[in-house]
Amino acid sequence: MVNYLIRRLLTSVLVIFGISVLVFSIIHLVPGDAVSAMLGRQKVNAQTVAQLREQLGLNDPIPVQYGRYLSKALRGDLGESILNYVPVSKAISEQLPSTLALAFSALLLALMVGFVLGLMAALAHGTWLDTLAMGLSVSGLSIPTFWLGLLLILLFSVNLGWFPSISTGSSLAALVLPTLTLGLPEAAVVARMVRASMLDVLGKEYITAARAKGVPQAMVIMKHALRNALIPVVTFLGLQMAYLLGGSTIVETMFARQGIGRLAVQAISNRDYPMVQGVVLVTAIIYVLINTFTDITYTILNPRIRLK
Amino acid sequence: MTVALKKTAFHLESPGIRLLRQTFRNRSAQFGSILLAILILACLAAPALTDKDPNAIEPSLTLKPPSLEYPMGTDNIGRDTFARFLYGGQLSLRVGLVAIAIGAVFGITFGLISGYFGGWLDSFISLVTDILLAFPDILLAMTILAILGPGIINAMIAVGIAFIPSFMRLTRGSVLAIREMTYIEATRALGGSDFQILFTHILPNAMRTLLVLVTLGIGSSILAGASLSFLGLGAQPPTPEWGAMLNAGQKYVRQAWWLTVFPGLGIFLTILAINLIGDAISDAVAGTIIARDHK
Repeated sequence: MVNYLIRRLLTSVLVIFGISVLVFSIIHLVPGDAVSAMLGRQKVNAQTVAQLREQLGLNDPIPVQYGRYLSKALRGDLGESILNYVPVSKAISEQLPSTLALAFSALLLALMVGFVLGLMAALAHGTWLDTLAMGLSVSGLSIPTFWLGLLLILLFSVNLGWFPSISTGSSLAALVLPTLTLGLPEAAVVARMVRASMLDVLGKEYITAARAKGVPQAMVIMKHALRNALIPVVTFLGLQMAYLLGGSTIVETMFARQGIGRLAVQAISNRDYPMVQGVVLVTAIIYVLINTFTDITYTILNPRIRLK
Repeated sequence: MTVALKKTAFHLESPGIRLLRQTFRNRSAQFGSILLAILILACLAAPALTDKDPNAIEPSLTLKPPSLEYPMGTDNIGRDTFARFLYGGQLSLRVGLVAIAIGAVFGITFGLISGYFGGWLDSFISLVTDILLAFPDILLAMTILAILGPGIINAMIAVGIAFIPSFMRLTRGSVLAIREMTYIEATRALGGSDFQILFTHILPNAMRTLLVLVTLGIGSSILAGASLSFLGLGAQPPTPEWGAMLNAGQKYVRQAWWLTVFPGLGIFLTILAINLIGDAISDAVAGTIIARDHK
């Protein structure tokens, strides 16, 4: 297992290194001149362009630029926004907690709703309850988050006036609609997994054996089936979390909520490349870390993989 | 004798036809295909269904609720939402198809090369794929748009590129499994070239699993394209597109519900239909694989 763990960690380091190369290249891959693209429609003279080029260090050879980028990034220096000269790492560390709060609450909601739906569908397999739960689930998978968000605003904010449609500040009420928007489609994914996994386990021989020796139904479900059925669902949590981080771009933008997702959208619209690079780098690294952690937990939890 | 004949007839059915037959025996797949057919036909028949110009501005008719004349109401500058819905649908569907075509062609090619030839090329392609898979899909598409600049064509390319890693992974996995089969060895012994083995033996056999990804991928790429337009990074005004229409309608959510309900309904129903068909194909594929393994 130690070998596997070392190999897994090395791959992650390699992938993070690759991400840094890719993120660094963003500015060089822009067709034409990146600096002119950044300045966009602003009326500038050649001097300003030259100054910004110098400031971004674009006049040095590319390997030198990359070396400088990497060594700065390792020290937590991701450059400055070209829009308002705020240090990128400062902007990200200010916005990240808001995104994490949203992602966690959405994950919690997704687990609760998805778990209930999935379990219900599996236990009532083949009945109308199963059809209903799976109908809800496939609808949840098909609904665009931004549309769900708008419908929720229409219902809970415009018609009922229960929750605000703009999620500013840190009040819990402001978190409700964004959480529902991000969490409900995810609940659909969880419901499917719980159902499939539960049906799989219920068909196993040890369940038949438990039933045959007269274990009560509730006990069979709680003690024998559920515990085993949850393994694939729990190991999938990491991926879900990562997916929620990606989904936060849309939800934060539509609810005008603070967070790195909205920061990314704004940076891209404004062609603020240092900010784009910073946000993409940080998000991708979080994603890799979550995946690595998930894989390792899975290996430790599942002896069958450990033996290989 | 008759029994034997019947058996032969069954085996003469091509695998593709059998897969189709199994897929469409499923109720949800039937419902999904009818729904999808209606949506596609309605969007394609836009000029026949409405005589209005999707971009014609009518200042006297701003934010009118749905009526017989304007079945989906009008927007903030008096454009007919129904006409914009139909023409916008054409574009949204096209985004999905073009993007998935880009993702599939490049992803499958890289997957075939990587899985079949192995070696350093495989290691390199796999590493790049791992790196690209480290980005959440939408963020990868957004990053590519940051490079190419916003716009609907660029959005198609960005979503397409974001799909390459998934296709590459799945193709490579199938190739690795099929490569070791006896019939591949036999073809090689008979002097079959790599090209012939890849395209006449490996690819057709990997097709069934890829078909599921293609079908579900069309749905995901329509969604991704609409998301980008919703964020203002895809279709630019005044071009009608479902995501962009929602973005514009969002500001009037308090005055005009129809501007947010209809374009979103279009995206939702399209993706629902595709997911229903995709799930049925996925079940049918799993079924044929199980049936084959149990023979």
